[in-house]
Amino acid sequence: MTDDIDAALEPEPEVPEVALPERPEGPTRRQLAERAERRRAVLIALFSTVVVFAALMVLVVSAPGWPDVRRSFFSWHHFSESLPDVLPAFWINVKVFVTAEAFILVLALLLALARSSRAPVLFPLRILSTVYVDVLRGIPVLLVLFLLGFGVPALRLDGVPRDPVFWATVALVLSYSAYVSEVYRAGIDSVHESQRAAARSLGLTSAQAMRFVVLPQAVRRVVPPLLNDFIALQKETALVGVLGPIEAARQAQIYSSREFNFTSYVAAALIFLAFTIPLTRLTDWLLSRQRTRISGGRLA
Amino acid sequence: MTVAEPVPGTVKLVLEGVWKSFGPRDVLMQVDLAVDAHEVVCLIGASGSGKSTLLRCANLLEPIDDGRILLDGEDISEPGLDENAIRRRIGIVFQAYNLFPHRSVLANVTLGPRRALRVGRAAAEERAEALLARFGLADKRDAYPDQLSGGQQQRVAIVRALAMDPEIMLLDEITSALDPELVGEVLDVVAELKASGMTMLIATHEMGFAREIADRICFLDAGRILEQGPPDQLLGHPRHERTRRFLDRVVDSRRSIDTPPTEP
Repeated sequence: MTDDIDAALEPEPEVPEVALPERPEGPTRRQLAERAERRRAVLIALFSTVVVFAALMVLVVSAPGWPDVRRSFFSWHHFSESLPDVLPAFWINVKVFVTAEAFILVLALLLALARSSRAPVLFPLRILSTVYVDVLRGIPVLLVLFLLGFGVPALRLDGVPRDPVFWATVALVLSYSAYVSEVYRAGIDSVHESQRAAARSLGLTSAQAMRFVVLPQAVRRVVPPLLNDFIALQKETALVGVLGPIEAARQAQIYSSREFNFTSYVAAALIFLAFTIPLTRLTDWLLSRQRTRISGGRLA
Repeated sequence: MTVAEPVPGTVKLVLEGVWKSFGPRDVLMQVDLAVDAHEVVCLIGASGSGKSTLLRCANLLEPIDDGRILLDGEDISEPGLDENAIRRRIGIVFQAYNLFPHRSVLANVTLGPRRALRVGRAAAEERAEALLARFGLADKRDAYPDQLSGGQQQRVAIVRALAMDPEIMLLDEITSALDPELVGEVLDVVAELKASGMTMLIATHEMGFAREIADRICFLDAGRILEQGPPDQLLGHPRHERTRRFLDRVVDSRRSIDTPPTEP
């Protein structure tokens, strides 16, 4: 075998110079046809988009109730009136979201590690985290919110906060940690066993193999699904309002019942969108980048 | 079946009556094997004959079901021993390289020394760089595994194992996943290791290479070492019919690759 290779690698006898074929000048007929095809595709896409949206617009605008709907949902007057109310209230949503997200990332990771652990000492922890995930994924967030937000303060325990925003944040952390821990766990499971074997063969303990070899790869792989869950969480902060605090959606509701106009809801929706759409685009971008990297081999 | 009589004081690794099964399938059946210090032993045999499992058992990556494994006369297969401490003394290189894709070449090589041996960062990197330079990889220290050719990745994997200063190296078909033109550079590394006196146990499909580098070749067949001996004897004049048939098959398949079969 090596003999064959050595023979193949030996300097070959002088080869007469061969002229390289000349590169065709300018675009070839085939390249031109390709280009025309692409231009045609863009035109068709543009045309069909315009037609579909125009048709939808005509359909909505020509509906018998459109003038009423326009007045009650898309009133510029009510939009500019309600926005100054709704926008500051959105600050509560942002606060809850950012705080909850930070705690969820940590708690979910601990849950995932507890469930992935194989050490017998940690067995009770494994059971606990399994039960936790099963239970909290199964209860609607709204119910957790009610249970904690109304239940715990009602105990009137000394030193226990009674702030509904606090309990709303706790409820979201508990619910979402259950989901996110499963995302982490899927990531941990997706790292091939041979990586662990390679780490263990170097004499690393299983905890070290997890920390330096498995987890870094797992986290990288689950960033897009994690962001996906955070977009969902960002919207769920509107639930905080059911406990009393006046966040954006609740503020919109107040405005709408005072003025008999629904435009404030549209304003709230636009504020949420302004926050989630960048997150969504970021997720898409990360996903597509990851796909190219996987086909490039690094994360495969 | 004869086991080479180990010379006292120089025998490095001994497998004694090692038995390993996966469920109902017996993969190793009472394997006896002794590797002397500075000796290079090649394991040959068909796929599924137990070569890889033997190496994984020797490194304690797979627990054995019966028998003993001795390293420097000490039973390392005894339940309850610190496996991590033992693995640090035994290097293993895998068929699929198993480099850590999220770490640079340098970080791959220094991980073991830094975390398992608690060597300082500067010292670990200095030693890693020296090893990389020795195997022509100095300019790859900051590259990531996916930026390297298969041959380069496998050389990094060898360096990563060497960085632990192992007393013995186990090589598990390290050229099987490589493109044919990259096999040579990896085998050159193994030849250099032999020249430096490294004790090695090598599972391989490269008969030419085994003949060149091995002090002794063992033929594994269905979980048993059917026969062993010096390369020329075992490859040239095998005693067993099954060995002969295996070698014929290997030679036949090579010939059919090299020269297309002629029409009858």
